[in-house]
Amino acid sequence: MAERRPQMVNSTHPEAPLGLTLSHIHHSYHMPSGSRLVLDDVSLDVEPGEFVALIGPSGCGKSTLLRLVAGLESPDAGTLLADGTPVTEPDPSRIIMFQDPTLYPWRTVRGNISLGLDIRGEKDPEAIDAAIRLVGLEEFAAAWPHQLSGGMAQRVALARALINNPRLLLLDEPLGKLDSLTRLAMQAELYRLWKSQGFTALMVTHDIEEALLLATRVIVFSPRPARILANIPLDWPSTPHREDPRLQELRAEILRHLEAVMAVG
Amino acid sequence: MSDAQTSLGDPRALETHVQTTKIRFRPAQFWRWAAGPAWLLAALVTWKWPDADDFPATNQFAVFQMVIGLVLIALAATGRLKDRAPWAFVLGLGLGAWELIQAKLLLLPRPFFGTPQDLLDVFLTDWKRLGDSLFHSLLLLAGGYVPGSILGIIVGVALGRSHHVRYWVRPVMRVIGPLPPAALLPLAFVVIPSTRWAGEALMALAAGFPVAVLTWSGVSAVDPAYYDVARTMGAKNRFLVLRVALPAATPQIFVGLFMGLGASFAMLVVAEMLGVKSGLGFYMQWAQGWAAYPNMYAALFVMSLMCTTLMTVLFKVRDHLLKWQKDGLKW
Repeated sequence: MAERRPQMVNSTHPEAPLGLTLSHIHHSYHMPSGSRLVLDDVSLDVEPGEFVALIGPSGCGKSTLLRLVAGLESPDAGTLLADGTPVTEPDPSRIIMFQDPTLYPWRTVRGNISLGLDIRGEKDPEAIDAAIRLVGLEEFAAAWPHQLSGGMAQRVALARALINNPRLLLLDEPLGKLDSLTRLAMQAELYRLWKSQGFTALMVTHDIEEALLLATRVIVFSPRPARILANIPLDWPSTPHREDPRLQELRAEILRHLEAVMAVG
Repeated sequence: MSDAQTSLGDPRALETHVQTTKIRFRPAQFWRWAAGPAWLLAALVTWKWPDADDFPATNQFAVFQMVIGLVLIALAATGRLKDRAPWAFVLGLGLGAWELIQAKLLLLPRPFFGTPQDLLDVFLTDWKRLGDSLFHSLLLLAGGYVPGSILGIIVGVALGRSHHVRYWVRPVMRVIGPLPPAALLPLAFVVIPSTRWAGEALMALAAGFPVAVLTWSGVSAVDPAYYDVARTMGAKNRFLVLRVALPAATPQIFVGLFMGLGASFAMLVVAEMLGVKSGLGFYMQWAQGWAAYPNMYAALFVMSLMCTTLMTVLFKVRDHLLKWQKDGLKW
């Protein structure tokens, strides 16, 4: 019998992390007042298993980029490949997680986590139990979303994403609204899950330190329309410390990039 | 001297003194034990005080009051009469007062004001026809309200989800919807050959309009992120409508169902009074034609019971389906 991995197992999906190729992506939003360019010639390669953080000013179009990769929208121009195949529609292998947990209030914690299975008509109570255990919410399985704290709700959202065994996890500021202590705990949780579950991660964040601590690479975007300003690979020999002097240097470097464009723009 | 000072100055001594001597009036205990005797007293008045005229069923009414009184005393003794005790008490006295004023003293003009035993007599002698009328009213109501509500939900969801449906259906709704369905009754009786079907169609319209509008409003208020979450996991339109839009809109849909039920009651009575030859509305119309006022009151009582029961059922269903809500209106 094949070796059973310690994490959740769903045999129907190949579990290798996903690689992304974005070339010359342009995208605009069309509004009554006219169209507004949000992504301007964005090209980016993400290797399978990378954790890429996207940093940039608010409203620059980072979230739009995630929506395009998720397949929720199609780019106006450019090609977007997931493992060499064009992205045309959403797929459970590419799961997006938002800043708000957006749990369904009419489903219990357990019901919310099983959403992906319900959509595909699968029944797998063991996978649901495993996902609940993975985020440590065993005692709250029967609770309603309004009974949860912000951090717990976001952990449910995380479990709801991970039960799909995503090969790519798209994180749109998932920790943005949490208080700082919960945020630290969730950063550790996210890092642990990325290490153990084997998915590629693409995370939008406003927190430079968070990006530097979690990611293997940081991409810095300009204000809207978003262009890539810097591409900073991080190869920490071991898990970095918050007080690490190199961390402070990189932090200063990223701020310099941002300040340069903010002053001009 | 010092003895007197300490006994006056010690507040604890004073307190125990007051507690032991003052007999405290406990309202809960009073209501609980007064409700049954109030009914028994009223029964005694009904039985012993001679009627002012030849009324039917006086003794049966006295028995009825006595049975209720004994049941209330039994409930009080077993501790099951609590919150409702004041109501039971006041109802007993109220019925007794009505009996006294009309059956014993005949202070109000007849026949418009009946006596309690008149009403009881109707239930005792005409219960078959009343039950039959109730059954036909329920049948007619179900035939209109149920399809109307289902149609309303379907139209509401379509309005909330489809631009094309909005374009074509909204103007039609705006013209027909606000019209009181009763205004269409003369037309419906001409166009639709069966008065029964005409009544059902108008009840469906009466229920369908509020249900459709509120479903629509509920579906359009669904957070678009709810759809995104399901879509990213591969959900197609069917799941988005049935498992996301509908549950999210359920609180609004029930407001519509509530309003629609009220509108259906109104339409039911009008239809039964003006064309359909059965049901409680028809019974009332008939009773009024014969100046049989007790029969009219009895039908009114049954109708009120029917309406409140149906509303209660609707709210129970709602409470069950919306148990995930933090707080809900209690019926």
